[in-house]
Amino acid sequence: MTRRAALFVLALTALSLAAPLLAPYDAGLAFRDFLHAPPMRPHLQGFAAPVVHPIVLADRLEQRFEADQTRTIPLPWFGGTSDRPVFLLGADNFGRDVLSRLLYGARTSVGLALFATVGAVLIGAPAGAWAGLRGGWVDDAVMRVADFVLILPVIYVVLVLRAVLPLVLPASTVFLLVAWIFVAVGWPFVAKGVRAIVAAERDREYVLAARSLGAGPARILVHHLIPACSGHLVVQATLLLPGFILAEATLSFVGLGFPDPVASWGTMLAEAGNYNAVARFPWTLAPAVAIFAIVLATNLIASPDDRTS
Amino acid sequence: MGRYLLRRLGFALLLVLVVSSASLLLTRLAPGDITSEQALVLDPASLAKLRTELGLDRPLAVQYASWLAGVVRLDFGRSLLYSRPVSTLIGERALNTAMLASVALVLATVIGLPLGVYSGSRSRGVGRASVRVLSVLALSVPPLIGSLGLVFLAARTGWLPVGGMTSAAGIDQTWAQWLVDLARHLPIPALALALPLAATLERLQSQAIEKATREPFVAASRARGLGHAQALIRHAWPVSLRSVLGLYGIMIGSLFSGSFVVEVITSWPGLGRLMYDALKARDLYLVAGCAASGAFFLAAGTWLADVLLAFADPRVRSQEAR
Repeated sequence: MTRRAALFVLALTALSLAAPLLAPYDAGLAFRDFLHAPPMRPHLQGFAAPVVHPIVLADRLEQRFEADQTRTIPLPWFGGTSDRPVFLLGADNFGRDVLSRLLYGARTSVGLALFATVGAVLIGAPAGAWAGLRGGWVDDAVMRVADFVLILPVIYVVLVLRAVLPLVLPASTVFLLVAWIFVAVGWPFVAKGVRAIVAAERDREYVLAARSLGAGPARILVHHLIPACSGHLVVQATLLLPGFILAEATLSFVGLGFPDPVASWGTMLAEAGNYNAVARFPWTLAPAVAIFAIVLATNLIASPDDRTS
Repeated sequence: MGRYLLRRLGFALLLVLVVSSASLLLTRLAPGDITSEQALVLDPASLAKLRTELGLDRPLAVQYASWLAGVVRLDFGRSLLYSRPVSTLIGERALNTAMLASVALVLATVIGLPLGVYSGSRSRGVGRASVRVLSVLALSVPPLIGSLGLVFLAARTGWLPVGGMTSAAGIDQTWAQWLVDLARHLPIPALALALPLAATLERLQSQAIEKATREPFVAASRARGLGHAQALIRHAWPVSLRSVLGLYGIMIGSLFSGSFVVEVITSWPGLGRLMYDALKARDLYLVAGCAASGAFFLAAGTWLADVLLAFADPRVRSQEAR
């Protein structure tokens, strides 16, 4: 399970980095004549590159599009260049390609979640290890704080912390800010487990052997105790990741996350979350499907009663 | 036992105080206040007068002290946004959230537990496999995604109304009509909240009952001539319930955070939406009140779950008596 979880995290990292390579268009590129254009179906023609039929606006008032069956355009990944856009997942209300935004959005949403997860592990693990190794008042203090953060109404805390800061900020500042807020509420999950493991392991023979050979607490921690926690760390990271992705989506959905032009899964859902629009243009819910897929993958990896592995 | 619960209660009260104070102070220290929008149209003199009327020109310490003095008497101040007492506003909205959450909890229990007993008491079969697949799928639908999906389904099919607690047309409805209207608005938000919880319950119940059926006393009851179903329900299930009950305390927390998103998406007039509106308007007393009630419900929920667990499991009682 640890290995599968690590692979999953790696795959997500790759996905979040690959947007510029995979996306057919820039995330902000708007095709004015293709507002809410429906997804196009790719056709295979023997061994040639897959093609789509270009669409034309049939009725601007009804936003009805018709496919031009007589013409074809090859997909952009197969060297197709055309003056007509290709929307495999349709277009949003500004005529931006949903697929491109989904990929660039992964960079923002998954990237943010990865950043926050790494942060939570980097802060939670040493804090928990320190508490477990030292014991006494350090242990008490760290664990009290962790317990306190754990029983806070997380969603309210995140909302308050985000809302009291200026709303209009550059995207990179928002990224760091939100990531740090997530780290602040996420580290106790890591710390508690690490503390329990370190407290249980510190009296084992191999630690005693290391200590009698003259190893200091730092060396014992880094060389012996942190490796003992690696399984827990990977599992916790796998569980925190989808939580943070959802938290970003929630924040951006209610307008407290990234500003609108930034492609993130939350801002995309915010545009889709209108009752009328959702019924008519279901392809704008693509980020919801992506989030579902990630949570599903996490559940399959982390399911404790899996007998096949 | 009693002392333990009392200590927990004291901790919960402290939590409520700290959370509400922190959110009040943070909101006060944040740039902008409730008059920020009027500031664009008002001249400086009347703006200053407005701020004096609202008590916003006082120094932070004075403002906080007067608020705290009220809180001790359970007076949470007046909302600047709605010009009504915070406690009245919260009372109304908390009722709506409580209704949504309890319906979701009941729904999750009614769906999750029987399916868990079913899938856990069977070693193979199509039924068990399909329950497991369904539960992993439902587990992967967090309230944000679930409510978007259900709203899409409802808007597309027109089966259920979307948005709000009742229809806007229902101003002069009779009591019965209002109830029917409410019952038609409730399923979408409640189901969005309940789905992942039902799946969690199903998984846990399934594992618990699987373990319980292997206990010797179940075999003994079978040997005495009890049927499979009777042995399962009368003997194995009560024992398995112990670990399931422990989950309810954790579920209160996820119900709470889940209900915020669901309320925003389906326009359910609950506590989460109130908090959101208050934050946006920088209505600091309302923010503090919402945060306080949020912390209170969370603490009360986990406390209640602990009490339940203490009654259900003698081991917890003896442990805490130490």
